[in-house]
Amino acid sequence: MNAALTLPEAPTITLTMNGAAHTTIACTLAQWMAAQGLAGDALATAVNGAFVPRALRAQRLLAEGDTILTFQPIEGG
Amino acid sequence: MTEHQKDPVVVGFAQVKEEPAKRAGDTEQSALPPGRTDASGWHIGGRTLQSRFLLGTAGYPSPAVLQQAISASGTQVVTVSLRRQLAAGAPASADGDFFGIVKSTGAHLLPNTAGCRTAREAITLAQMARELFDTTWIKLEVVGDEHTLQPDPFELVDAALQLVKDGFEVFPYCTDDLVSCQRLLDVGCKILMPWGAPIGSGQGLVNPGALRTLRARLSGVPLIVDAGIGSPADAVQAMELGLDGVLLNTAVAKALNPVRMARAFGLGIQAGRLAFEAGVMAQQDMAVASTPVAGYPILL
Repeated sequence: MNAALTLPEAPTITLTMNGAAHTTIACTLAQWMAAQGLAGDALATAVNGAFVPRALRAQRLLAEGDTILTFQPIEGG
Repeated sequence: MTEHQKDPVVVGFAQVKEEPAKRAGDTEQSALPPGRTDASGWHIGGRTLQSRFLLGTAGYPSPAVLQQAISASGTQVVTVSLRRQLAAGAPASADGDFFGIVKSTGAHLLPNTAGCRTAREAITLAQMARELFDTTWIKLEVVGDEHTLQPDPFELVDAALQLVKDGFEVFPYCTDDLVSCQRLLDVGCKILMPWGAPIGSGQGLVNPGALRTLRARLSGVPLIVDAGIGSPADAVQAMELGLDGVLLNTAVAKALNPVRMARAFGLGIQAGRLAFEAGVMAQQDMAVASTPVAGYPILL
């Protein structure tokens, strides 16, 4: 009976994160950022080369093989 | 220490009552607006600015020197950029509190799309920059040649078209080619930033004739010389040509004393603008005596 109440475990997927292979059980970009301890307001994000606005990170589902890039402010000319 | 050494050099001018600026030979259409001087402000990207100096923030010896240079320059606009983080767990910034320091200066931020080779890359980076820096301003850079870092005019126009539609105020870093500049205006750019010379080269204005043509043909369009400026003399030259502003980075950041050089450029840009408004005298082939001699007895 207890077994029937157990939620299925989230599948582990493998991503490429800023150039490095990376496994996660996060389902969305927002969950993944939280799991990484990344400050949401201090970074900009893209998945598979497409910008993902801050407000849409919770809706952006992650899939096997996705490529995530995070960007930070730096000096510039 | 002498008295003049104690006094800091102030970038700025005391307010003086001036006659309306008007260049010799101007028609009514080309006369400069009354009172339009460097101290009275100019308009760009929906903002009114007093300084015509846009300063880059890269390559300074330390964040503290950067902060002092921004202050000494009198600039109200500084350029910033974005960098892809290297890997999971990397520190949020390897540059100390760079962003905090820049924000504390109160200068408007002009993010760039440095490093982009295609319109698609530049558009994506611009979207990120808008979110991260909370501004619609974007210095659009799309490089077409690795050796000279010359802007790609075709990708630039494609990117500008999309970004303008998306609500950006596009500051395109472009060459001094008149027709490609006109195409950028055609797709909605309101500002142009032609190069003086390749980025970081310090060669000054390698083609002042082309810049003069842009000024003549694109009357009313804010033109900011971007890249290649080496010394304050180059900035003065650009301003005397009637360009509206100067953007530079390396010439200050790599000076022996960046803070003093920032001040020197600030003063030079103001001087050049005032000289343009005052109207530089025409050159003469031969000597023309400046002291009146008519009616004086010849003693020797």
